[in-house]
Amino acid sequence: MLSNLFSIGIGHYLFVSGALFVMGMLGVLLRKNILVILMSIELMLNAVNVAFVTFAYYLNDVNGAVIVLFVIAIAATEAAVGLALVVLLYKNFKEVNIRFFEHLKG
Amino acid sequence: MFYVLLFAPLLGFLINGFRFRSTNAKLAGTIASGAILLSFISALFYFGQLIKMPAEARSLSFILFDWIQVGDFSAQMGFTLDPLSMVMTLIITGVGFLIHLFSVGYMDHDERPAKYFAYLNFFVFNMLLLVLGNNLLVMFVGWEGVGLCSYLLIGFWFSDPEKAAAGMKAFITNRIGDAGFLLGIFTIFLTFGTVTFTEIASSVPAEPLTGWTSPITLACLFLFIGAMGKSAQIPLYVWLPDAMAGPTPVSALIHAATMVTAGVYMIIRMNVLFLAAPNAMMIVAIVGALTALMAATIGLAQNDIKKVLAYSTVSQLGYMFLAVGVGAFGAGLAHLMTHAFFKALMFLGSGSVIHAMHEEQDMRKMGGLKKYMPITHATFVCGWLAIIGFPFFSGFFSKDEILWMSFHSPRGHWLLWVVGVIAAMFTAFYMTRLMAMTFWGKSRVPESIHPHESPVTMTIPLIVLGFLSVFAGWLCVPHGLGSVLPGHPHNFLDQWIHPLMGKLEMGHGSLGMEFGLMGVSLVLVFASAFMAYRFYVVDPSLPQKAQARVKGLYDLVANKYWVDEGYFKFIINPLVRLSRHLWADVDVKLIDRATYSISDLFKNAGGGLRMVQSGNMQVYALYILIGVVVSLFFLMAR
Repeated sequence: MLSNLFSIGIGHYLFVSGALFVMGMLGVLLRKNILVILMSIELMLNAVNVAFVTFAYYLNDVNGAVIVLFVIAIAATEAAVGLALVVLLYKNFKEVNIRFFEHLKG
Repeated sequence: MFYVLLFAPLLGFLINGFRFRSTNAKLAGTIASGAILLSFISALFYFGQLIKMPAEARSLSFILFDWIQVGDFSAQMGFTLDPLSMVMTLIITGVGFLIHLFSVGYMDHDERPAKYFAYLNFFVFNMLLLVLGNNLLVMFVGWEGVGLCSYLLIGFWFSDPEKAAAGMKAFITNRIGDAGFLLGIFTIFLTFGTVTFTEIASSVPAEPLTGWTSPITLACLFLFIGAMGKSAQIPLYVWLPDAMAGPTPVSALIHAATMVTAGVYMIIRMNVLFLAAPNAMMIVAIVGALTALMAATIGLAQNDIKKVLAYSTVSQLGYMFLAVGVGAFGAGLAHLMTHAFFKALMFLGSGSVIHAMHEEQDMRKMGGLKKYMPITHATFVCGWLAIIGFPFFSGFFSKDEILWMSFHSPRGHWLLWVVGVIAAMFTAFYMTRLMAMTFWGKSRVPESIHPHESPVTMTIPLIVLGFLSVFAGWLCVPHGLGSVLPGHPHNFLDQWIHPLMGKLEMGHGSLGMEFGLMGVSLVLVFASAFMAYRFYVVDPSLPQKAQARVKGLYDLVANKYWVDEGYFKFIINPLVRLSRHLWADVDVKLIDRATYSISDLFKNAGGGLRMVQSGNMQVYALYILIGVVVSLFFLMAR
């Protein structure tokens, strides 16, 4: 019973994954710096990765691990494109605060 | 050739219509008159062709195109030239041509002659559609078209609000009748499944249907409502006297000779249907007789020369309806024809007088015009003798036939005869009064006016119509009269249209009775005419005394029985008040408010939702989050 409490199981992994995801989400929703928002998105992706490998391990299904590889690859490309956009935005507007880019206001 | 007959007036309308700015009355008039003359010549050509055919087969049909084709129902843009439409076509184009010719002189000084002649030609075209159409729908197109032209021409001098209002009055009153006419067409379509005249006639049951609610009776009554509007019968006659606001040749053509007889023509055309509905015919006869009497009494007390003629027209139309109502369709058509001649003549004559008097229409300012206008006077005398029924003038034959038929026909009644004779008596009185006040006696013409005889283009039509007014009656000599006159003239008109008429057993009236009744009506007419002569020529102070003696009655008649006022009080003003309430209370306060509040709702909702589109990416991300959470919630709750 006690050993169960301290041994690391699926619940712990999923808790870490969820906590990371919520932190990333809060970062996306609340931070104003575009660079930070981009980093938060990466955090959310990685939180999902953790959940994937966890389930892959416990369900004995290698597909989960494979998807994680895909996600890492795509996250890398996404980060490259996103960073390039941010750099260009900064070059053009000298600004990284997301509140500055509210041109789609209804 | 047929299309020349039908479309020449339309072509004239288009030519004059496109050059409507032209002020050249001579040119416009020549084009218009030429178009009608062309039409008239073609009509004569076809008349010749019809005469050559055997009597039973006299019918030429021309199909322009298939107009409506829905399921079993079909209506063609088709035209029929048969004896009945032939007579009407000859009257329309013949009298129409004379009136066009007269107009050239009459409208010489007008500012917009091309427009006037364009309307006039368009009228003739529509009138031809009306009489030539082989089904009710084509007739209805013409029916509406003549109404439109009538409106345009009554209000031709529309800068005078009174004249514009007269045009609208005519149009709206006609509209009421037209609604009835349409209902009649619908009823006929529902009953017979067709609107073509020949098919309707062949599917009417042989036995007359009694009762009021049989579809045939209803159809006839609805059609008669249409006729009431177009032909100015009680209770829809009020527009015709006001229609005198138009140029006088228009009054002659539209409001005396042709358009107003459209209702009579329609009933003659539908005679087989009407014969199957004795109750409807009774209504037609009663309304006709009452109209004849009432309009004649109003005519007694009018001082405007055209108003007298207008009420006289209403009264004579009443006679025609009396005739068709008792089943004497031939007599109705005969009176239609003779009336077209003598009333067109008198209207043109009055136009000539008005022209000479510099637009003065009040008979109290005329008198003694005989010596200034000999031709107008002479032709007017022909018309006068014709309308009062002086023996062997045209009106004598047709009116006598109507009176005899209203007494003798199985659908007639002696009361109808009495009403007809009294109306004839009044007719003699007011027409003699008109002659006396205008042409005879002492001149009351103001010093500033110098009357003169009209130019030759105006007198030629008068002379031709005068000739016709005197002699046209010999085409329709009543049978009884024909048997004693030298040479035994037949009733050519009656024989001519006989193949188209439904069967109505007339029986044999006694010749003595016929002549006795004729004698009574003649004596009364002569006495009445002589009295008018005494009143207005021999002793002009008598009318004043007579008026004073029967003041209440005189006021009632002079004010046209207060019918117009009554219509205003009981129908028009309540309607206007109701409309005003509907506008201010229902439309503005209810419907407008409802629609405004709905539009406000959407505007406010949109304004609220606008806030959602903040442009902030993070807020959008939040929406996505909310969406995901809600969907997950639902998925898991399931």
